[in-house]
Amino acid sequence: MHPAPSVIVFTVLSGLGFGFLAFLGLGALPGHGPWHFALWVLGYALAVGGLLASTFHLGNPQRAWRAFSQWRTSWLSREGCAAVVTLILLAPVALGDLLPLGDLRLLGLLGAAMSLVTIFTTSMIYAQLKTVPRWNHPVTPLLFLGYAIAGGSILSGEGRIAVVACLILFLVLAASWRIGDRRFAEVGQSIGSATGLGDLGKVRVFERGHTAGNYLLHEMMFVVGRKHADRLRIIALAFSTLVPAALVVLGGPHWPVVVLATLCHILGALAQRWLFFAQAEHVVGLYYGMR
Amino acid sequence: MTMLPGPTPKKLGLAIDLDTCVGCQACVTACKGWNDQGYGAPLSDQNPYGADPSGTFLNRVHSYEVQPADAPAQLVNFPRSCLHCESAPCVTVCPTGASYKRAEDGIVLVNEDACIGCGLCAWACPYGARELDPAAGVMKKCTLCVDRIYNDNLPEEDREPACVRTCPTNARHFGDFADPDSKVSRLAAERGGFALMPDLGTKPVNRYLPPRRKGAAEASPLAPLLDIRATGLAGWLDRVLGKI
Repeated sequence: MHPAPSVIVFTVLSGLGFGFLAFLGLGALPGHGPWHFALWVLGYALAVGGLLASTFHLGNPQRAWRAFSQWRTSWLSREGCAAVVTLILLAPVALGDLLPLGDLRLLGLLGAAMSLVTIFTTSMIYAQLKTVPRWNHPVTPLLFLGYAIAGGSILSGEGRIAVVACLILFLVLAASWRIGDRRFAEVGQSIGSATGLGDLGKVRVFERGHTAGNYLLHEMMFVVGRKHADRLRIIALAFSTLVPAALVVLGGPHWPVVVLATLCHILGALAQRWLFFAQAEHVVGLYYGMR
Repeated sequence: MTMLPGPTPKKLGLAIDLDTCVGCQACVTACKGWNDQGYGAPLSDQNPYGADPSGTFLNRVHSYEVQPADAPAQLVNFPRSCLHCESAPCVTVCPTGASYKRAEDGIVLVNEDACIGCGLCAWACPYGARELDPAAGVMKKCTLCVDRIYNDNLPEEDREPACVRTCPTNARHFGDFADPDSKVSRLAAERGGFALMPDLGTKPVNRYLPPRRKGAAEASPLAPLLDIRATGLAGWLDRVLGKI
């Protein structure tokens, strides 16, 4: 699949944002006053910024409001609804830092739960697609949740949780590649089943339907990014899990360490997300004899 | 609404005969021609006269070589367009309700006024039936020429999809698959019509009719020539040289 920068930025930033909001909602970084409120602003900026970035790849972004209507069937619609509900639930908790709004711990807990639900709905946009076998597996939601919890715990300075979350993310990442690499073969679609001619004999592309490019070739059959896949995997694994975990352990709970660890984690997440799209093979490629 | 309507009283679709299709691309052109001027946004082309042209089409004809284990290789021309699936994944993933399946006849359509151009429906389609039009920013797909088949202003023989109407070899047939006595249902039954990638659970309506088993020679026509028994001087030489 074509790794559109807007979608990579969207999933990475909003994942980190909702992860961070979940930790804030659970009462990590207790405190009051404008400085503490600024942390909430950061969480909202990441989450909302990511959601806004996702509208950049739309053909008609001015109609994006319509995407809240089909929550009964569409994971993309559910994601939009869940994100808005989460942001509304947590708003009083955030304002509680500035105003005397009383005990809002229960609302914070609810908001934290909805943050994770939002991450889950994001992951299901990809995991639901039977046409992309690499994504169509329970490891995809685990991956997105793993990133949100690891990112959120690093950014909120929850050192011990961050180290455990990073190690879990390490394992989930490794598993996602191991499982993903054999998913296409496992699902078993081939040029023979795509054309239905497989029972007659061995099918080979003789001529494509068109000599020029088209939307399908551009969107679903992206091969450039796979060239450096192995190196990108090492970068993703090291920067999103090992480096931030080491920084947190060695550096302790100081804000420069937290910032550096978060930036490393984001870099690793961007590399992982690039590969997530670039390495995903859509079954329509079978008609073109390419993946 | 992106809820699927459930079983529809009519199941309009195409039966495409891979035996008679000659790959002339006339259906591709007729489709582009008709859908460029009627229903919805026109099918745009990008850089059509430049070095790197591309464009939006609702129908593409590929060609495949099929090599049976025990017979000569065969060339199969393969038109590829929307199969108007009963369990259409492109409909349920749509976040805005733009993508829908008609309850009355099962045609899968896009309400272009509600389409945000996110492309998720095209990702969900295994068959590459949807192409996002870069000029209009909305998803385009086969409408089964919904603006022809019910159009009282057209002569009756023209009330079928443009691809079907134009096909010079009658390789494309339009009809109702819910009616077991319709032309397309009978064709599919008689010729062993099949669905594409049925394992994916999309339940396509369209059927492809397989190439007929040709009266091909059991072996290559050149086979007898491979076992030449030379006679006369050449035969004598063959025998002598073979003994040295």
